[in-house]
Amino acid sequence: MSQSVMPGPTKEIAGVATRNRPGAGERFGKAVETSWRPVALLFACFVAWWAVAAAELVEPYLVPSPGATLDVLTGQTSYIWEHTWVTTYETLLGFVIAVVVGVLAAVVMVYSSTVEKTLYPILLFAQVVPKIAIAPLFVVWLGFGITPKVLIAVLIAFFPVVISMVTGLKAVDPEMLQLSATMGAKPWQTFVKIRFPASLPHLFSGLKVAVTLAVTGAVVGEFVGANEGLGYVILQANGNLDTPMLFAGLLVMSLIGVVLFVLVEIAEKLLLPWHASRRDNNVTTSF
Amino acid sequence: MTMPREATLREHGVSKTSLSKDDGPRDGAGADGTAAVSLNDVAVRFRTKDRDVTALREVSLDVPMGEFVAIVGPSGCGKSTLLKLVAGLLKSSAGDVRLHGEQVDGPRPDIGYVFQRAALLEWRTARRNILLQAEMRRMPSAMARARADELIRMTGLGGFEDAYPHELSGGMQQRVALCRALLHEPPVLLMDEPFGALDALTREQMNMELNRIWRETGTTVLLVTHSISEAVYLANRVVVMSPRPGTITEIIDVGLPAERDYVETLARPEFREATTHIRELLGAASAED
Repeated sequence: MSQSVMPGPTKEIAGVATRNRPGAGERFGKAVETSWRPVALLFACFVAWWAVAAAELVEPYLVPSPGATLDVLTGQTSYIWEHTWVTTYETLLGFVIAVVVGVLAAVVMVYSSTVEKTLYPILLFAQVVPKIAIAPLFVVWLGFGITPKVLIAVLIAFFPVVISMVTGLKAVDPEMLQLSATMGAKPWQTFVKIRFPASLPHLFSGLKVAVTLAVTGAVVGEFVGANEGLGYVILQANGNLDTPMLFAGLLVMSLIGVVLFVLVEIAEKLLLPWHASRRDNNVTTSF
Repeated sequence: MTMPREATLREHGVSKTSLSKDDGPRDGAGADGTAAVSLNDVAVRFRTKDRDVTALREVSLDVPMGEFVAIVGPSGCGKSTLLKLVAGLLKSSAGDVRLHGEQVDGPRPDIGYVFQRAALLEWRTARRNILLQAEMRRMPSAMARARADELIRMTGLGGFEDAYPHELSGGMQQRVALCRALLHEPPVLLMDEPFGALDALTREQMNMELNRIWRETGTTVLLVTHSISEAVYLANRVVVMSPRPGTITEIIDVGLPAERDYVETLARPEFREATTHIRELLGAASAED
Protein backbone atom coordinates (compact mmCIF):
# COMPACT_ATOMS: atom_id res chain seq x y z
CA MET A 1 0.00 0.00 0.00
CA SER A 2 1.38 3.35 0.97
CA GLN A 3 4.46 1.76 2.45
CA SER A 4 6.31 1.67 -0.83
CA VAL A 5 5.98 5.41 -1.22
CA MET A 6 7.13 6.19 2.28
CA PRO A 7 10.78 6.93 2.93
CA GLY A 8 12.14 3.52 3.71
CA PRO A 9 15.14 2.73 5.87
CA THR A 10 17.39 2.29 2.84
CA LYS A 11 19.99 4.68 4.22
CA GLU A 12 20.49 2.42 7.15
CA ILE A 13 20.96 -0.84 5.39
CA ALA A 14 24.59 0.06 4.82
CA GLY A 15 25.02 0.52 8.54
CA VAL A 16 23.89 -2.99 9.36
CA ALA A 17 26.70 -5.32 10.24
CA THR A 18 26.94 -8.05 7.66
CA ARG A 19 27.20 -11.55 8.95
CA ASN A 20 30.71 -12.63 8.26
CA ARG A 21 31.23 -16.26 9.08
CA PRO A 22 34.92 -16.93 8.55
CA GLY A 23 35.83 -19.89 6.40
CA ALA A 24 37.69 -22.94 7.70
CA GLY A 25 41.05 -21.79 6.34
CA GLU A 26 40.69 -18.35 7.82
CA ARG A 27 39.66 -19.81 11.16
CA PHE A 28 42.68 -22.11 11.18
CA GLY A 29 44.94 -19.17 10.38
CA LYS A 30 43.44 -17.24 13.27
CA ALA A 31 43.84 -20.18 15.62
CA VAL A 32 47.52 -20.52 14.68
CA GLU A 33 48.04 -16.80 15.13
CA THR A 34 46.55 -16.75 18.64
CA SER A 35 48.04 -19.99 19.91
CA TRP A 36 51.58 -20.21 18.54
CA ARG A 37 53.12 -18.34 21.48
CA PRO A 38 51.81 -20.61 24.28
CA VAL A 39 52.54 -23.67 22.14
CA ALA A 40 56.11 -22.46 21.55
CA LEU A 41 56.58 -21.85 25.28
CA LEU A 42 55.27 -25.31 26.15
CA PHE A 43 57.57 -26.81 23.58
CA ALA A 44 60.50 -24.91 25.07
CA CYS A 45 59.66 -26.29 28.52
CA PHE A 46 59.50 -29.77 27.07
CA VAL A 47 62.90 -29.33 25.43
CA ALA A 48 64.32 -28.05 28.72
CA TRP A 49 62.91 -31.09 30.52
CA TRP A 50 64.41 -33.37 27.91
CA ALA A 51 67.79 -31.58 28.07
CA VAL A 52 67.93 -31.74 31.88
CA ALA A 53 67.11 -35.45 31.80
CA ALA A 54 69.47 -36.26 28.91
CA ALA A 55 72.42 -34.42 30.46
CA GLU A 56 71.63 -36.13 33.79
CA LEU A 57 71.82 -32.79 35.60
CA VAL A 58 69.39 -34.28 38.08
CA GLU A 59 69.26 -37.86 39.23
CA PRO A 60 66.89 -39.85 36.96
CA TYR A 61 64.88 -41.07 39.95
CA LEU A 62 64.06 -37.42 40.70
CA VAL A 63 63.28 -36.25 37.17
CA PRO A 64 62.58 -39.03 34.68
CA SER A 65 63.29 -38.46 31.01
CA PRO A 66 60.36 -37.72 28.69
CA GLY A 67 61.12 -41.05 27.05
CA ALA A 68 60.72 -42.98 30.31
CA THR A 69 57.43 -41.22 31.00
CA LEU A 70 56.20 -42.04 27.54
CA ASP A 71 57.24 -45.66 28.03
CA VAL A 72 54.99 -45.85 31.09
CA LEU A 73 52.09 -44.27 29.20
CA THR A 74 52.39 -46.69 26.28
CA GLY A 75 53.55 -49.73 28.23
CA GLN A 76 50.98 -49.68 31.01
CA THR A 77 48.06 -48.23 29.10
CA SER A 78 45.38 -50.46 30.53
CA TYR A 79 46.48 -49.82 34.14
CA ILE A 80 46.48 -46.05 33.60
CA TRP A 81 43.28 -46.08 31.60
CA GLU A 82 41.43 -47.99 34.30
CA HIS A 83 42.34 -45.43 36.97
CA THR A 84 41.82 -42.49 34.63
CA TRP A 85 38.28 -43.66 34.07
CA VAL A 86 37.63 -43.79 37.83
CA THR A 87 38.89 -40.25 38.38
CA THR A 88 36.98 -38.95 35.36
CA TYR A 89 33.80 -40.59 36.59
CA GLU A 90 34.15 -39.09 40.08
CA THR A 91 34.94 -35.68 38.59
CA LEU A 92 31.98 -35.67 36.22
CA LEU A 93 29.53 -36.93 38.83
CA GLY A 94 30.74 -34.29 41.29
CA PHE A 95 30.58 -31.58 38.63
CA VAL A 96 27.05 -32.47 37.53
CA ILE A 97 25.75 -32.57 41.11
CA ALA A 98 27.46 -29.25 41.86
CA VAL A 99 25.86 -27.67 38.78
CA VAL A 100 22.36 -28.92 39.55
CA VAL A 101 22.46 -28.01 43.24
CA GLY A 102 24.34 -24.75 42.57
CA VAL A 103 21.93 -23.52 39.92
CA LEU A 104 18.90 -24.38 42.05
CA ALA A 105 20.41 -22.69 45.10
CA ALA A 106 21.17 -19.58 43.05
CA VAL A 107 17.63 -19.40 41.70
CA VAL A 108 16.13 -19.72 45.18
CA MET A 109 18.50 -17.07 46.53
CA VAL A 110 17.73 -14.60 43.77
CA TYR A 111 13.98 -14.99 44.20
CA SER A 112 13.90 -15.01 47.99
CA SER A 113 15.83 -12.31 49.78
CA THR A 114 15.24 -14.09 53.09
CA VAL A 115 16.99 -17.19 51.83
CA GLU A 116 19.73 -15.08 50.30
CA LYS A 117 20.34 -13.14 53.49
CA THR A 118 20.49 -16.39 55.44
CA LEU A 119 22.49 -18.51 53.03
CA TYR A 120 24.84 -16.19 51.18
CA PRO A 121 27.02 -15.13 54.14
CA ILE A 122 27.31 -18.75 55.25
CA LEU A 123 28.26 -19.74 51.75
CA LEU A 124 30.97 -17.11 51.63
CA PHE A 125 32.22 -18.17 55.03
CA ALA A 126 32.19 -21.84 54.07
CA GLN A 127 34.52 -20.89 51.26
CA VAL A 128 37.15 -19.98 53.87
CA VAL A 129 37.18 -23.53 55.27
CA PRO A 130 39.84 -25.43 53.29
CA LYS A 131 37.76 -28.21 51.79
CA ILE A 132 40.87 -30.29 51.28
CA ALA A 133 41.17 -30.45 55.06
CA ILE A 134 37.67 -31.91 55.31
CA ALA A 135 38.59 -34.78 53.03
CA PRO A 136 39.94 -37.09 55.79
CA LEU A 137 36.72 -36.56 57.72
CA PHE A 138 34.67 -37.64 54.73
CA VAL A 139 36.74 -40.78 54.40
CA VAL A 140 36.13 -41.55 58.09
CA TRP A 141 32.42 -41.00 57.64
CA LEU A 142 31.83 -42.48 54.22
CA GLY A 143 34.58 -45.05 53.76
CA PHE A 144 36.97 -45.72 50.93
CA GLY A 145 34.41 -45.88 48.13
CA ILE A 146 33.61 -43.34 45.48
CA THR A 147 31.24 -41.25 47.65
CA PRO A 148 33.75 -39.10 49.58
CA LYS A 149 35.63 -38.26 46.35
CA VAL A 150 32.46 -37.18 44.59
CA LEU A 151 31.42 -35.18 47.64
CA ILE A 152 34.71 -33.27 47.77
CA ALA A 153 34.45 -32.57 44.04
CA VAL A 154 30.92 -31.25 44.62
CA LEU A 155 32.00 -29.04 47.52
CA ILE A 156 34.87 -27.55 45.56
CA ALA A 157 32.94 -27.00 42.32
CA PHE A 158 29.76 -25.74 43.99
CA PHE A 159 31.00 -22.27 44.88
CA PRO A 160 31.89 -20.92 41.41
CA VAL A 161 28.61 -22.30 40.07
CA VAL A 162 26.46 -20.54 42.68
CA ILE A 163 28.35 -17.26 42.48
CA SER A 164 28.27 -17.08 38.69
CA MET A 165 24.61 -18.05 38.52
CA VAL A 166 23.56 -15.50 41.15
CA THR A 167 25.57 -12.84 39.32
CA GLY A 168 24.01 -13.86 36.01
CA LEU A 169 20.45 -13.83 37.29
CA LYS A 170 20.99 -10.43 38.87
CA ALA A 171 22.69 -8.97 35.82
CA VAL A 172 19.50 -9.05 33.80
CA ASP A 173 18.53 -5.69 32.35
CA PRO A 174 15.92 -4.20 34.76
CA GLU A 175 14.15 -2.63 31.78
CA MET A 176 13.73 -6.10 30.32
CA LEU A 177 11.89 -7.12 33.51
CA GLN A 178 9.68 -4.03 33.40
CA LEU A 179 8.93 -4.74 29.77
CA SER A 180 8.00 -8.26 30.70
CA ALA A 181 5.58 -6.86 33.29
CA THR A 182 3.89 -4.72 30.64
CA MET A 183 3.45 -7.88 28.59
CA GLY A 184 1.42 -9.36 31.42
CA ALA A 185 4.01 -12.12 31.81
CA LYS A 186 3.79 -14.54 34.72
CA PRO A 187 6.93 -14.76 36.88
CA TRP A 188 7.82 -18.19 35.51
CA GLN A 189 7.48 -16.91 31.94
CA THR A 190 9.87 -14.07 32.72
CA PHE A 191 12.26 -16.58 34.24
CA VAL A 192 12.17 -19.08 31.39
CA LYS A 193 12.21 -16.63 28.51
CA ILE A 194 14.33 -13.78 29.85
CA ARG A 195 16.14 -14.27 33.13
CA PHE A 196 17.50 -17.78 32.74
CA PRO A 197 18.83 -17.44 29.18
CA ALA A 198 20.31 -14.03 30.06
CA SER A 199 22.26 -15.60 32.94
CA LEU A 200 23.83 -18.39 30.86
CA PRO A 201 26.98 -16.53 29.77
CA HIS A 202 27.80 -15.86 33.42
CA LEU A 203 26.98 -19.43 34.37
CA PHE A 204 29.31 -20.82 31.72
CA SER A 205 32.26 -18.78 32.92
CA GLY A 206 31.60 -20.30 36.35
CA LEU A 207 31.29 -23.79 34.88
CA LYS A 208 34.73 -23.55 33.30
CA VAL A 209 36.28 -22.80 36.67
CA ALA A 210 34.13 -25.43 38.39
CA VAL A 211 35.02 -28.28 36.03
CA THR A 212 38.76 -27.90 36.55
CA LEU A 213 38.26 -27.61 40.31
CA ALA A 214 36.19 -30.79 40.28
CA VAL A 215 39.25 -32.72 39.03
CA THR A 216 41.26 -31.39 41.96
CA GLY A 217 38.46 -32.39 44.33
CA ALA A 218 38.32 -35.95 43.08
CA VAL A 219 42.12 -36.41 43.20
CA VAL A 220 42.34 -34.95 46.72
CA GLY A 221 39.68 -37.45 47.80
CA GLU A 222 41.78 -40.24 46.31
CA PHE A 223 44.91 -39.01 48.10
CA VAL A 224 43.23 -39.34 51.45
CA GLY A 225 42.08 -42.88 51.06
CA ALA A 226 41.44 -44.94 47.96
CA ASN A 227 42.41 -48.07 46.12
CA GLU A 228 41.72 -46.77 42.65
CA GLY A 229 41.92 -43.54 40.66
CA LEU A 230 44.82 -41.38 39.50
CA GLY A 231 45.36 -39.99 42.99
CA TYR A 232 45.93 -43.55 44.17
CA VAL A 233 48.26 -44.19 41.21
CA ILE A 234 50.35 -41.17 42.13
CA LEU A 235 50.53 -42.12 45.80
CA GLN A 236 51.59 -45.67 44.90
CA ALA A 237 54.21 -44.38 42.46
CA ASN A 238 55.42 -41.97 45.11
CA GLY A 239 55.85 -44.80 47.63
CA ASN A 240 57.84 -46.84 45.12
CA LEU A 241 59.89 -43.84 43.97
CA ASP A 242 58.52 -44.62 40.51
CA THR A 243 58.84 -41.07 39.14
CA PRO A 244 58.05 -41.97 35.51
CA MET A 245 54.68 -43.31 36.67
CA LEU A 246 54.22 -40.23 38.84
CA PHE A 247 54.85 -37.95 35.88
CA ALA A 248 52.55 -40.02 33.68
CA GLY A 249 49.78 -39.75 36.27
CA LEU A 250 50.25 -35.99 36.48
CA LEU A 251 50.11 -35.63 32.71
CA VAL A 252 46.91 -37.66 32.39
CA MET A 253 45.31 -35.75 35.26
CA SER A 254 46.05 -32.41 33.59
CA LEU A 255 44.72 -33.83 30.36
CA ILE A 256 41.38 -34.66 32.03
CA GLY A 257 41.12 -31.04 33.19
CA VAL A 258 41.95 -29.67 29.75
CA VAL A 259 39.54 -31.99 27.93
CA LEU A 260 36.66 -31.22 30.31
CA PHE A 261 37.36 -27.50 30.04
CA VAL A 262 37.29 -27.68 26.24
CA LEU A 263 34.05 -29.70 26.38
CA VAL A 264 32.41 -26.97 28.46
CA GLU A 265 33.64 -24.38 25.96
CA ILE A 266 32.21 -26.38 23.08
CA ALA A 267 28.89 -26.72 24.92
CA GLU A 268 28.90 -22.97 25.44
CA LYS A 269 29.49 -22.31 21.75
CA LEU A 270 26.70 -24.70 20.77
CA LEU A 271 24.19 -23.46 23.31
CA LEU A 272 24.99 -19.76 23.16
CA PRO A 273 26.11 -19.05 19.61
CA TRP A 274 24.90 -15.47 20.01
CA HIS A 275 27.20 -14.95 22.97
CA ALA A 276 30.24 -16.70 21.53
CA SER A 277 30.11 -14.80 18.26
CA ARG A 278 29.87 -11.52 20.09
CA ARG A 279 32.74 -12.34 22.35
CA ASP A 280 34.97 -13.48 19.51
CA ASN A 281 34.65 -10.06 17.93
CA ASN A 282 36.39 -8.33 20.81
CA VAL A 283 38.74 -10.76 22.46
CA THR A 284 40.28 -14.09 21.80
CA THR A 285 38.59 -16.94 23.60
CA SER A 286 39.50 -17.58 27.17
CA PHE A 287 41.30 -20.72 26.16
CA MET B 1 -11.77 -10.32 7.85
CA THR B 2 -10.88 -8.01 10.71
CA MET B 3 -13.76 -8.96 12.97
CA PRO B 4 -12.52 -12.30 14.24
CA ARG B 5 -9.13 -10.82 14.92
CA GLU B 6 -10.60 -8.04 16.96
CA ALA B 7 -12.59 -10.54 18.95
CA THR B 8 -9.45 -12.56 19.69
CA LEU B 9 -7.42 -9.50 20.53
CA ARG B 10 -9.97 -8.39 23.07
CA GLU B 11 -9.40 -11.61 24.93
CA HIS B 12 -5.80 -10.55 25.30
CA GLY B 13 -6.60 -7.37 27.10
CA VAL B 14 -6.78 -5.11 24.10
CA SER B 15 -9.67 -2.75 23.68
CA LYS B 16 -11.45 -2.51 20.39
CA THR B 17 -11.08 1.23 19.96
CA SER B 18 -7.45 1.01 18.94
CA LEU B 19 -8.22 -1.25 16.04
CA SER B 20 -10.71 0.73 14.04
CA LYS B 21 -8.36 2.59 11.79
CA ASP B 22 -11.05 4.90 10.43
CA ASP B 23 -11.07 6.66 13.80
CA GLY B 24 -9.12 9.77 12.94
CA PRO B 25 -6.18 10.30 15.26
CA ARG B 26 -7.70 13.51 16.55
CA ASP B 27 -11.16 12.10 17.06
CA GLY B 28 -10.80 12.89 20.70
CA ALA B 29 -12.38 11.00 23.54
CA GLY B 30 -14.61 7.97 23.01
CA ALA B 31 -18.36 8.21 22.89
CA ASP B 32 -18.61 7.96 26.66
CA GLY B 33 -16.08 10.77 27.07
CA THR B 34 -13.47 8.57 28.81
CA ALA B 35 -9.92 9.69 28.22
CA ALA B 36 -7.35 7.08 27.20
CA VAL B 37 -4.99 8.29 29.90
CA SER B 38 -5.99 10.45 32.77
CA LEU B 39 -3.83 11.73 35.63
CA ASN B 40 -5.49 13.59 38.46
CA ASP B 41 -3.38 15.58 40.90
CA VAL B 42 -0.70 12.91 40.91
CA ALA B 43 2.38 13.05 43.12
CA VAL B 44 5.34 10.70 43.47
CA ARG B 45 7.71 10.81 46.41
CA PHE B 46 10.76 8.62 46.84
CA ARG B 47 12.41 7.98 50.16
CA THR B 48 16.18 7.83 49.91
CA LYS B 49 18.48 7.10 52.84
CA ASP B 50 18.71 10.62 54.19
CA ARG B 51 15.76 12.52 52.69
CA ASP B 52 12.47 12.43 50.89
CA VAL B 53 12.55 13.37 47.24
CA THR B 54 9.48 14.61 45.43
CA ALA B 55 9.75 13.49 41.82
CA LEU B 56 6.33 14.65 40.68
CA ARG B 57 3.67 16.87 42.22
CA GLU B 58 0.23 18.10 41.22
CA VAL B 59 0.29 16.57 37.78
CA SER B 60 -3.06 16.52 36.04
CA LEU B 61 -3.41 15.53 32.42
CA ASP B 62 -6.14 14.07 30.23
CA VAL B 63 -5.20 12.43 26.97
CA PRO B 64 -8.13 11.65 24.67
CA MET B 65 -8.02 8.47 22.63
CA GLY B 66 -5.91 8.67 19.52
CA GLU B 67 -4.04 11.77 20.62
CA PHE B 68 -0.25 12.12 20.42
CA VAL B 69 1.15 13.85 23.47
CA ALA B 70 4.84 14.67 23.84
CA ILE B 71 6.38 15.43 27.21
CA VAL B 72 9.49 17.63 27.39
CA GLY B 73 11.43 18.96 30.32
CA PRO B 74 14.88 19.15 31.85
CA SER B 75 16.63 15.98 32.99
CA GLY B 76 15.30 14.64 36.26
CA CYS B 77 11.93 16.38 36.05
CA GLY B 78 10.07 13.11 36.34
CA LYS B 79 9.11 12.59 32.70
CA SER B 80 10.01 8.91 32.76
CA THR B 81 8.37 8.54 36.16
CA LEU B 82 5.17 9.81 34.62
CA LEU B 83 5.24 7.13 31.90
CA LYS B 84 5.98 4.41 34.44
CA LEU B 85 2.97 5.57 36.45
CA VAL B 86 0.72 5.17 33.45
CA ALA B 87 2.15 1.71 32.74
CA GLY B 88 1.62 0.73 36.36
CA LEU B 89 5.33 0.02 36.82
CA LEU B 90 5.39 2.58 39.61
CA LYS B 91 2.83 3.56 42.23
CA SER B 92 1.81 7.15 42.80
CA SER B 93 2.06 8.55 46.31
CA ALA B 94 -1.05 10.66 45.83
CA GLY B 95 -3.72 11.30 43.24
CA ASP B 96 -4.99 8.77 40.75
CA VAL B 97 -3.92 7.43 37.41
CA ARG B 98 -6.48 5.98 35.04
CA LEU B 99 -6.22 4.10 31.78
CA HIS B 100 -9.52 4.11 29.89
CA GLY B 101 -11.27 5.10 33.07
CA GLU B 102 -9.81 2.18 35.01
CA GLN B 103 -7.61 2.85 38.01
CA VAL B 104 -4.01 1.74 37.43
CA ASP B 105 -2.83 -0.29 40.41
CA GLY B 106 -0.27 -2.68 38.93
CA PRO B 107 1.56 -3.38 35.67
CA ARG B 108 -0.90 -2.87 32.84
CA PRO B 109 -0.83 -5.25 29.89
CA ASP B 110 -3.02 -3.04 27.68
CA ILE B 111 -0.14 -0.76 26.71
CA GLY B 112 2.99 -0.91 24.57
CA TYR B 113 6.24 0.35 26.05
CA VAL B 114 9.41 1.47 24.29
CA PHE B 115 12.56 2.36 26.21
CA GLN B 116 15.51 4.52 25.19
CA ARG B 117 17.61 1.42 24.79
CA ALA B 118 15.99 -1.14 22.56
CA ALA B 119 16.20 -3.78 25.34
CA LEU B 120 16.23 -6.72 22.95
CA LEU B 121 17.06 -10.30 23.84
CA GLU B 122 20.46 -11.00 22.26
CA TRP B 123 19.67 -14.65 21.65
CA ARG B 124 16.58 -13.99 19.60
CA THR B 125 16.35 -12.81 16.02
CA ALA B 126 14.49 -9.61 15.24
CA ARG B 127 11.31 -11.52 14.46
CA ARG B 128 11.47 -13.65 17.59
CA ASN B 129 12.13 -10.55 19.68
CA ILE B 130 8.94 -9.06 18.28
CA LEU B 131 7.07 -12.30 18.94
CA LEU B 132 8.13 -12.31 22.60
CA GLN B 133 5.13 -10.06 23.16
CA ALA B 134 2.84 -12.72 21.69
CA GLU B 135 4.45 -15.58 23.64
CA MET B 136 4.05 -13.78 26.96
CA ARG B 137 0.42 -12.98 26.17
CA ARG B 138 -0.22 -16.44 24.74
CA MET B 139 -1.66 -14.95 21.56
CA PRO B 140 -2.56 -17.47 18.87
CA SER B 141 0.67 -17.91 16.95
CA ALA B 142 -0.74 -17.67 13.42
CA MET B 143 -2.32 -14.33 14.21
CA ALA B 144 0.80 -13.07 15.96
CA ARG B 145 2.99 -14.07 13.01
CA ALA B 146 0.76 -12.32 10.53
CA ARG B 147 0.73 -9.21 12.66
CA ALA B 148 4.53 -9.33 13.09
CA ASP B 149 5.01 -9.58 9.33
CA GLU B 150 2.72 -6.61 8.84
CA LEU B 151 4.69 -4.54 11.36
CA ILE B 152 8.03 -5.62 9.90
CA ARG B 153 6.85 -4.33 6.55
CA MET B 154 5.41 -1.17 8.04
CA THR B 155 8.61 -0.23 9.87
CA GLY B 156 10.92 -1.13 7.01
CA LEU B 157 12.54 -4.06 8.79
CA GLY B 158 11.98 -6.33 5.81
CA GLY B 159 15.07 -8.43 5.07
CA PHE B 160 16.33 -8.16 8.65
CA GLU B 161 13.79 -10.40 10.36
CA ASP B 162 16.35 -13.13 10.94
CA ALA B 163 19.22 -10.91 12.04
CA TYR B 164 20.33 -10.93 15.67
CA PRO B 165 20.35 -7.66 17.63
CA HIS B 166 24.14 -7.32 17.52
CA GLU B 167 23.96 -7.47 13.74
CA LEU B 168 21.57 -4.52 13.61
CA SER B 169 22.26 -0.78 13.79
CA GLY B 170 20.77 1.32 16.59
CA GLY B 171 17.93 2.53 14.38
CA MET B 172 17.06 -0.99 13.30
CA GLN B 173 17.10 -2.23 16.89
CA GLN B 174 14.73 0.54 17.90
CA ARG B 175 12.43 -0.44 15.03
CA VAL B 176 12.33 -3.97 16.43
CA ALA B 177 11.46 -2.57 19.87
CA LEU B 178 8.70 -0.51 18.30
CA CYS B 179 7.27 -3.53 16.47
CA ARG B 180 7.34 -5.50 19.71
CA ALA B 181 5.44 -2.71 21.48
CA LEU B 182 2.83 -2.59 18.72
CA LEU B 183 2.34 -6.32 18.17
CA HIS B 184 -0.73 -6.67 20.39
CA GLU B 185 -2.24 -3.48 18.96
CA PRO B 186 -2.16 -1.65 22.28
CA PRO B 187 -4.62 1.22 22.66
CA VAL B 188 -1.88 3.24 24.34
CA LEU B 189 1.78 3.43 23.32
CA LEU B 190 4.26 4.77 25.87
CA MET B 191 7.66 5.83 24.58
CA ASP B 192 10.50 6.90 26.85
CA GLU B 193 13.06 8.80 24.77
CA PRO B 194 12.95 6.08 22.15
CA PHE B 195 15.26 7.86 19.72
CA GLY B 196 17.61 9.45 22.23
CA ALA B 197 20.51 7.19 21.37
CA LEU B 198 20.22 7.56 17.59
CA ASP B 199 22.17 9.85 15.31
CA ALA B 200 20.37 12.93 13.99
CA LEU B 201 19.64 11.55 10.51
CA THR B 202 18.26 8.24 11.73
CA ARG B 203 16.27 10.12 14.31
CA GLU B 204 14.55 12.30 11.71
CA GLN B 205 13.74 9.23 9.69
CA MET B 206 12.31 7.46 12.73
CA ASN B 207 10.23 10.57 13.48
CA MET B 208 8.69 10.44 10.01
CA GLU B 209 7.98 6.77 10.39
CA LEU B 210 6.46 7.20 13.82
CA ASN B 211 4.17 9.90 12.49
CA ARG B 212 3.01 7.55 9.75
CA ILE B 213 2.59 4.58 12.10
CA TRP B 214 0.59 6.70 14.51
CA ARG B 215 -1.72 7.80 11.70
CA GLU B 216 -2.09 4.26 10.42
CA THR B 217 -2.81 2.66 13.79
CA GLY B 218 -4.71 5.43 15.55
CA THR B 219 -2.98 4.54 18.81
CA THR B 220 -2.83 7.01 21.66
CA VAL B 221 0.84 7.93 22.15
CA LEU B 222 2.69 9.41 25.10
CA LEU B 223 6.24 10.29 24.09
CA VAL B 224 8.93 11.51 26.47
CA THR B 225 11.72 13.33 24.67
CA HIS B 226 14.56 15.77 25.14
CA SER B 227 14.18 17.14 21.66
CA ILE B 228 11.83 20.10 21.32
CA SER B 229 11.59 19.80 17.56
CA GLU B 230 10.83 16.10 17.79
CA ALA B 231 8.06 16.85 20.28
CA VAL B 232 6.48 19.56 18.14
CA TYR B 233 6.85 17.63 14.89
CA LEU B 234 5.13 14.54 16.27
CA ALA B 235 2.59 15.67 18.84
CA ASN B 236 -0.86 17.20 18.94
CA ARG B 237 -0.01 18.65 22.31
CA VAL B 238 3.32 19.18 24.06
CA VAL B 239 3.48 19.01 27.84
CA VAL B 240 6.29 21.16 29.22
CA MET B 241 7.54 20.19 32.66
CA SER B 242 9.54 22.08 35.28
CA PRO B 243 12.63 20.80 37.08
CA ARG B 244 12.32 18.71 40.23
CA PRO B 245 9.88 18.53 41.85
CA GLY B 246 8.43 18.01 38.40
CA THR B 247 5.13 19.52 37.55
CA ILE B 248 3.41 20.67 34.39
CA THR B 249 4.41 24.22 33.45
CA GLU B 250 2.26 24.50 30.37
CA ILE B 251 0.50 22.40 27.76
CA ILE B 252 0.97 23.68 24.23
CA ASP B 253 -1.47 22.90 21.46
CA VAL B 254 0.67 22.50 18.37
CA GLY B 255 -2.10 22.96 15.84
CA LEU B 256 -0.47 21.16 12.92
CA PRO B 257 -2.31 18.71 10.66
CA ALA B 258 -1.98 14.98 11.46
CA GLU B 259 -0.09 14.17 8.29
CA ARG B 260 3.18 16.01 8.42
CA ASP B 261 5.86 16.21 5.81
CA TYR B 262 9.14 16.66 7.65
CA VAL B 263 10.79 19.48 5.77
CA GLU B 264 7.57 21.31 5.10
CA THR B 265 6.44 21.05 8.74
CA LEU B 266 9.70 22.39 10.08
CA ALA B 267 9.33 25.46 7.89
CA ARG B 268 5.78 26.24 9.00
CA PRO B 269 5.22 29.29 11.24
CA GLU B 270 3.17 27.19 13.74
CA PHE B 271 6.14 24.88 14.15
CA ARG B 272 8.60 27.67 14.76
CA GLU B 273 6.21 29.46 17.06
CA ALA B 274 5.70 26.35 19.18
CA THR B 275 9.39 25.42 19.37
CA THR B 276 10.40 28.97 20.26
CA HIS B 277 7.76 29.15 22.95
CA ILE B 278 8.80 25.82 24.47
CA ARG B 279 12.44 26.81 24.35
CA GLU B 280 11.60 29.97 26.25
CA LEU B 281 9.66 27.99 28.82
CA LEU B 282 12.52 25.60 29.37
CA GLY B 283 15.01 28.45 29.54
CA ALA B 284 18.53 28.56 28.31
CA ALA B 285 19.28 25.40 30.30
CA SER B 286 17.92 23.18 27.56
CA ALA B 287 20.78 21.91 25.47
CA GLU B 288 18.77 20.84 22.49
CA ASP B 289 19.44 19.84 18.89
